[in-house]
Amino acid sequence: MESRKTQLSVGIFVVLGFAALLFLGLRAASSSVSTGEETYQLYAKFDNIGGLKVRSPVKVGGVVVGRVTSITLDGEYYEPLVEFTINKDYDDFSETSSVSILTSGLLGEQYVGLQPGFIDDSMGMLEDGDYITDTKSAIVLEELIGQFLFSQGEG
Amino acid sequence: MIEMIRNIGRYTLDTIAGAGKSLLMLFGALAGKPQPAKSWPLFIQQMYVVGVLSLLIIIVSGLFIGMVLALQGYTILIDYGAEQSLGPMVALSLLRELGPVVTGLLFAGRAGSALTAEIGLMKATEQLSSLEMMAIDPLRRVIAPRFWAGFVSMPILALIFSAVGIYGGFLVGVQWLGVDDGAFWSVMQSSVDWYDDILNGIIKSLVFAFVVTWIALYKGYNCTPTSAGISSATTSTVVTASLAVLGLDFVLTALMFG
Amino acid sequence: METLVEIDDVKFSHGERLLYDGLSLTVPRGKIVAVMGPSGIGKTTLLRLIGGQIRPQQGSIKVAGHNIPTLSRSDLYQVRKRISMLFQSGALFTDMTVFDNVAFPLREHSKLPESIIRTIVLMKLEAVGLRGARDLFPAELSGGMARRAALARAIALDPELIMYDEPFAGQDPISMGVIVKLIRELSSSLGLTSIIVSHDVKEVMSIADYAYIIANKKVVAKGTPKELDENASGIVKQFMRGEADGPVPFHYEADDYFDDLLEGSK
Repeated sequence: MESRKTQLSVGIFVVLGFAALLFLGLRAASSSVSTGEETYQLYAKFDNIGGLKVRSPVKVGGVVVGRVTSITLDGEYYEPLVEFTINKDYDDFSETSSVSILTSGLLGEQYVGLQPGFIDDSMGMLEDGDYITDTKSAIVLEELIGQFLFSQGEG
Repeated sequence: MIEMIRNIGRYTLDTIAGAGKSLLMLFGALAGKPQPAKSWPLFIQQMYVVGVLSLLIIIVSGLFIGMVLALQGYTILIDYGAEQSLGPMVALSLLRELGPVVTGLLFAGRAGSALTAEIGLMKATEQLSSLEMMAIDPLRRVIAPRFWAGFVSMPILALIFSAVGIYGGFLVGVQWLGVDDGAFWSVMQSSVDWYDDILNGIIKSLVFAFVVTWIALYKGYNCTPTSAGISSATTSTVVTASLAVLGLDFVLTALMFG
Repeated sequence: METLVEIDDVKFSHGERLLYDGLSLTVPRGKIVAVMGPSGIGKTTLLRLIGGQIRPQQGSIKVAGHNIPTLSRSDLYQVRKRISMLFQSGALFTDMTVFDNVAFPLREHSKLPESIIRTIVLMKLEAVGLRGARDLFPAELSGGMARRAALARAIALDPELIMYDEPFAGQDPISMGVIVKLIRELSSSLGLTSIIVSHDVKEVMSIADYAYIIANKKVVAKGTPKELDENASGIVKQFMRGEADGPVPFHYEADDYFDDLLEGSK
């Protein structure tokens, strides 16, 4: 009898643990773009990625559609190459789509803004592994200030 | 001067010898072919003693720490008009730090000291010797089930602690101080990450569980078998295990988030 | 007469303290052999040496032909199943009832069904007179009862050799009498070989077939109780009669008394 009571309470204990894990996973953590869902990869080359990091969000009009999954240097000129993992639900971006590295708020995190291009019969759609050619690099504050001072000096 | 250097030398040698002995103990307890039919009931019994009996203190402390976090966080965040960040603040501090660390400390105080005292008492009353003379290995019979029970139950306790703590933060932040319900959860969800926060928290608590249980068992197994020896071993368990948790927490945090 | 335990020229030191130097003794099968000596000479250590819990620095300890210090772990465990030990404190498992304590070695080492285990346990408990106390926990037993329960557990597997560590220490005269009676009955009815380590001379002499007296790191006298009684050597006489001073000095080794006292006034 004693051992059955023990077993029961240990069982309840373990179930409580799982419930806590479930609560934390579903209620407290973001459930978007987990590895369970189907995704596809897109690539883009930038001149400068600023403070972009792996796991930074990719947003379309403020809605998260994917995340940055790797940042490497590519080619003989060492251009930053960024890999995005995009949710399969959003797979109708045309080849004319553009990506830019933006900052949320004045001091916020940097993220990737994806601007869908126009759709036309002559245009193809972006597929898994494609490169987005139209890119705008991150705005680096120091360069902006430098340009501003330079133009002031000329004038 | 020479005396001091000699003391340092002796202390170093003692530490190394202790580390070696405790490794041998752990190896003796966990190596060898498992006998599930015999060990399972012992494991369940110890899960009860180590895990279930620690549940109350974990739930109560979790609730209060969550509530205090929300209260303190609110008074700071409201100055910046950022009270919507209360959710992530409570959740992240619990999941990354307070959940594993405070659970580790409470576990060392509640279960660790009990383990040391129990094993020390078994040693003092010759129960361990008597097992050995009955041709039963006390390491596998007494130490191993307690080790596994501690290793498994502490991460569960840490998860429960964090969950209850977040709920406590919700109670104070949303129900009492009036932070928007939707914002509390959604801002939390957008900043809490499965891998970075929840999984790393679990890894931390697994490491703490391993170390705390190991220290507690070793201190009991290696204590001087007298009442004075048991009481100093129990104290030493709580002190050593707590310091180990705090030190390791720094190292792990540096590795994970640094 | 067949020898069950044979200790030959054993040297053992605990830390820096030399306990035994050239200790030899033999225990014939089926007899009760007592090992006596002043406290602090490591009589319990002798039993631990025989049980293989500690190893001597030198010499051989043979139990039923197996040289204990050289055995591998698994062989040692096989030998230990044939011997058992009654600890001074009883060493009952505090988290089990008396019944479960006695059943413990059976459940661990035999694959007997529970119904047969129950029968055996009740028989052993009946033999020590504690069948009615089977559902009590060790904390609820008196010292004498705890020792009897531990005795029931020690004989649960019908060992060939049983070692008693100070079985009479701290017992009232009645429980002392009970334990003397039990040891004698068990060894005669089951044909057990017994080694009793004790310093209660009167009780031990009443049941032992043969006795060794250990002092100064080795055996100083041996013989049947009668022979020892007639032994004229100083140390044996002192021990058997319980005199305060003699070859085993009353004083712990110290400097000269007067010099020591005068030291303070200098």
